[in-house]
Parts: sequence; structure tokens; C-alpha cells
Amino acid sequence: MNFLWFHLMPYMDLPADFRQNNSSVWVDIDPALFNPERAHQMYNDYFDELEYAAELGFDAICVNEHHSNAYGLMPSPNLVAMALARRTKDVKICVLGNSIALYNPPTRVAEEFAMIDCVSGGRLIAGFPVGTPMDTCFAYSANPSQLRQRYHEAHDLIVKAWTADKPFAFNGRFTQQAHVNVWPRPIQKPHPPVWIPGGGSIETWEWCVQNDYVYCYLSYGGYKIAQGTMEGFWNVVEKHGKEKNPYRAGFLQFVGVAESRDEAMDLYTAPAEYFYGRCQHIDPRYAGPPGYTTEATQRAGLEGQVTRVADRSKRVRATQMKEIVDLGYVVVGDADDVVEQIHEVAKTLHVGQLMPLLHFGDMSKAATMRNTKLFAEKVMPKLKGLFGEYQDHWWPKPLDASRRAAARPLAPAAQ
Amino acid sequence: MNDPVATTLDLDGHAIRVWTKGRGPKIGFFAGYGGLPRWIPFLDLLAEHRTVIAPSLPGFPGGGRAQLDLDSHLDWIVAARRIFVAAGLEGCDLVGSSVGGGLAAEVAALWPQGVRRLVLVAPLGLYRQDEPPTDIFARRADEYAALFCADPDNYRALKQPPDDIHSGEWEIEQSRASEAAARLLWPLAATRLEKRLPLIQQPTLIVRGAQDRVFPRSYADDIAKNIAGRSRVEIVAGAGHLVELDKPLELARAVLDFTG
Repeated sequence: MNFLWFHLMPYMDLPADFRQNNSSVWVDIDPALFNPERAHQMYNDYFDELEYAAELGFDAICVNEHHSNAYGLMPSPNLVAMALARRTKDVKICVLGNSIALYNPPTRVAEEFAMIDCVSGGRLIAGFPVGTPMDTCFAYSANPSQLRQRYHEAHDLIVKAWTADKPFAFNGRFTQQAHVNVWPRPIQKPHPPVWIPGGGSIETWEWCVQNDYVYCYLSYGGYKIAQGTMEGFWNVVEKHGKEKNPYRAGFLQFVGVAESRDEAMDLYTAPAEYFYGRCQHIDPRYAGPPGYTTEATQRAGLEGQVTRVADRSKRVRATQMKEIVDLGYVVVGDADDVVEQIHEVAKTLHVGQLMPLLHFGDMSKAATMRNTKLFAEKVMPKLKGLFGEYQDHWWPKPLDASRRAAARPLAPAAQ
Repeated sequence: MNDPVATTLDLDGHAIRVWTKGRGPKIGFFAGYGGLPRWIPFLDLLAEHRTVIAPSLPGFPGGGRAQLDLDSHLDWIVAARRIFVAAGLEGCDLVGSSVGGGLAAEVAALWPQGVRRLVLVAPLGLYRQDEPPTDIFARRADEYAALFCADPDNYRALKQPPDDIHSGEWEIEQSRASEAAARLLWPLAATRLEKRLPLIQQPTLIVRGAQDRVFPRSYADDIAKNIAGRSRVEIVAGAGHLVELDKPLELARAVLDFTG
């Protein structure tokens, strides 16, 4: 199986009384809480952590897009991905992704992803999320009733822009562009692998399967509550008569490894409670704009993941470590314990693309690097062979290493 | 209350429900936020003196999923006009409330011969930076009743599922009505209606509930000032945004007085 080291890049200095004195971590969070000088430090630490994960042999490093959000400081993950493309050599770069319905014209995404693919030598995974209601409908004011129509049109335009052998005119419902002609063009042919991060929308399952794209369930609720969603996806795979190949599916899981379970609880309680207490404090007013959840999904009795997160905030939601761990939001323990739990995650959800989140909340750089090292050295090797009987058809196909450029080492004076 | 007669008209393959009841000269009604999941007492009161014709707007209850084909504000206006004509309302009086009020104003502005007299009940579409309308979209579901009605129970009564429906389809229909409003008005309910107000030549009555929490009082005066036709503003005591739900008798009287 593949291990993709995922960073959310949270702002680490939300005050302890954040929940009491603020209505939401997202959309209308107080700008006064942002200290750019602290962010300078955080961003640079986060780059170090991603690059360290690459050094330790993770298969990919992952970034994503959020807007007006204190737990995700990457309005443009492409900026991060490009910097990583220069500073890493072999690791795959997974951008999960660009909310393609937001960009006018969406060709911009085709261009930027093609740039990253060129600079990285063909190491890009191109993620196309619909995007959360908070990011798309509120922070960016996208029309919730048009969002999915725009998303599908943007997808069609981007794929055509990557693959057409001549400039073309695109006359869409929402985008009209007279001269679509993407320069640069991606190294990977016909285009970089497309992965779709989703919540629990049933149309997304159908669409991923029909297009042979990877479906990624980016839940913060852990593997125990994800079973219904993943079963729904695999049922659609079987219905279409496609191979139930675990590499079709990705799953994000918070993980904290230590020398013992007690030490793990000591190390990871504060960062986990920071994340689930402060970073998941989302005003429900921003979670369910009319038209965002399709009728088919309403009818199926399902909701998008974020709606549930927001709904949970009205009830008792796990913000204390014992419950966080009991519910499976965060997997903690010594290496053997974590191996066992990740094995269970992978087998029960049947996912071959696992995205461990080894930095969360306000975890320090030292703790993050230790967590990453323990996972890389003591957990990953024992699970790497899992699903070895399947072929991964959804992985990037970079240029051969011998044909890839290397960044010039910096002279000491410039360092 | 007797049930209205239900017929349908076709809008590009979508069946649009038209409710008709009463006798006398015809008068049209474009419903407000949430549409007409059921017939309401206000329309019965009008129907005592007039033939009330209430066609559904795209995506509102009875309006199918027609909203999904409407991509621009022009699409919405043309759809509203086609529905108005197909419902047999050409040349008749028109009452529009809230979301339907904005569309009624557009239809009256662009096809002045089509509408005789116009009643606008807190029509949405205007936005003034110094006094913006209330954000109707960043809301929890349980906030809407108090947002739209002075007496929240009046909105709850509109949306209460009938006893014999338990399939969940009722709830989906109500959610579709909210989606239709969002598709038309997202994000600020700023359709630039103010640009078309000077084209309204019809005598126009502008109605606002004294307790309207959505549509500022000054907007009623702005409309009265900017339309070309003769106009009057009437404030209904004890009513919120959806005046037809809070004060059906008072609104029916005002409409009947004004339209003659």
C-alpha cells in the first residue's frame, strides 16, 4: 500500500478560549487572531516537515486547499506544491486538490498543475474536490445550486485542455473561452492521475467509478465512522463491474506513534484536543447552504462529511482525548499497536492509498518529526506489502530518474 | 377552504403547477421564499373577489427541478415571464412577494403591457451598501421561521408536512425551494433590480411588514421613488417579511383596494 504524508497547515496559536469567544474557525474567523510573523515560522516549519517526510521514504506528500480557515493555511496549495517540487526528488506530490469550480477560467488549474508536473518531472497527483460549503459557497460565494454543474464543466474543460492536440474554443454553460491552449503541458500522458476527495455524496462515487478516478474520503472522524461511506463507494464499484482494487480508494487518518501508549497519550493529547476543540469549531450556519447537498444524497439519507462535523458541534462532540481515541478519530500507541490499528483501517475500509496525518493541531515541529520518523521506520515497513497482489493503476508515472533535472545546490553564502 | 384547481403548464419539459381559484378578474401571485407547498388563507381571501392564479416558480413547490436549467438572471426573468403568460395572466394584475416579488418587478419592468397593476411585497433583489438586507443564506434551518414571519408559527404551518406524507419527499421539496431561491439570489440577493425600476410604468403598491427582518424599510421608499409609475408604500403592522402568512386579511384588503 501507499503512504501519503498529509499536511493541513493549521494556524497553531488559536487562544485556549477560542470556542467560547468565537463563532467559527472558518469563514468569519477574526483576522486579529492572525500574526503574520508567527505564520512565517509556521509555514517554514511545515515545509521542513513535508520535506522530512519525503526524505524518510513516504510515497507522497499531500497538500490541500482551504479559504478563510484557521486550520488550513493553504488558499493555494499549488504554491506549496511548486516549492516542494524544487526541493524534493522522488516523492510524489499530491495536491488534493484545487476546487475547480472556483476558478475562472478553470483552465488556470490545468496550467498550474501542468507547471507542477513539468517542474517535478511528472510526480503530480491532481486532486479535484468539489470543495466544502465553507470554502466554496461562503468564503468564495460560489452559488451552491450551480456548484456541481460548474465542477463537472470545469473538469471537462481541464481534461480537454490537457489532452487536445490543437487549440480549441470552449462554449460551456458557465465558461466560454475562445482560445484554450495550455502551455506548459503535463509530462504525464494523457494527464496526471486524477484523485477526487469527497464527503459522502453518492454522485461522487458514481462519477469516480465511471471515470476510473481514485476516491479519497478525507474524514476527520477516523476509520470507525467511515465504514458506511466506504462501503457505499465499494458497492458502486461492484455495481459497475469494476475490480475492487484498494488503490482506487484513499483515506485520511490521524496517527500518533510513540514508544508506548502512555507516552503517546502524553504527547498527542494537547494537539488532538487543539484540533478537535478549536479547529473543528465550525458555525453550522456555514455547513449546509441550500442546493449544496444533492437530492439523491438527501434521499439516500446521507450527508456530506462537513455537515456532520458541524451538526456534531451542536451535540456533545468529542473534544477530549479519551473520547477522540475511543471513537477512532486519532490512532495512537506504540509502533506495534499502530501497525495493528492501521492494518485494521486498511482492511476494513479496503483502502490502498493511506494518508496518515502525523501533524495535527498545534503539534510542535520536534514532535511532528519524531512521529514521522517512528511511523516511517517502525510502522510503514510492516504494512508496505499489504495489497501487494493488486496493481496500482492510479499512481504517477514520472520521467525516469536519469532524465530528471536536479536543483542546483545552494552555495554556502546563499544559504 | 376549498382546494384550488391544479393544472400544469410546460416550461422546456418541466411541468409547472398552476393553482386557480375564485371568480372575477384574474390576478396572479408569485410566492415568496419557500414557495407554496400548500394553499394559503391569503389566496382564499383574494379568491372571494378575484380569480386567483398562482403558478409555481422554477424549483419552488410545484415547479419541478426547472431551476437547474436557469444559469443567469436573464434566464430567470425569461422563465418567469413565460410562466406568467402561459398561466393566462397577460394583461392582469400581479402580486409578488419576497423572491417572487423580485421576479414580478422584473416582468413588469421589461414587459410593461403584460402587467396591469403591480403589488410588490418586500421584493428581493436590491442591495445598498449602507443598509444591506439581512443575509438569508448563512442560517441554520431552525432560524428561518423567526426570520420570515413575525409569528414564527405561521412559517412553520406553511412548512409542516401533511399527516399523510412520510416519505421524506416533502422535506426534499422544501429544500429544493430554498435551493431555487439561492440559485436566483446567491450570495447577496443583489440582482441589480434597481437598474430596472425606472422601467416600471404600472401603478404599484409596495407593501412591507412592520416587523420585516430581511427587507429594510428604506428599500420600500427607494422603490417607490425610482419606479416611473404612480406608487404608494403600505406598512402592515404585526407582519414580518412574508406578509401574506402573518397578516393575510390586511394584505388581501390592501391588494383588493389597490387593484380595484
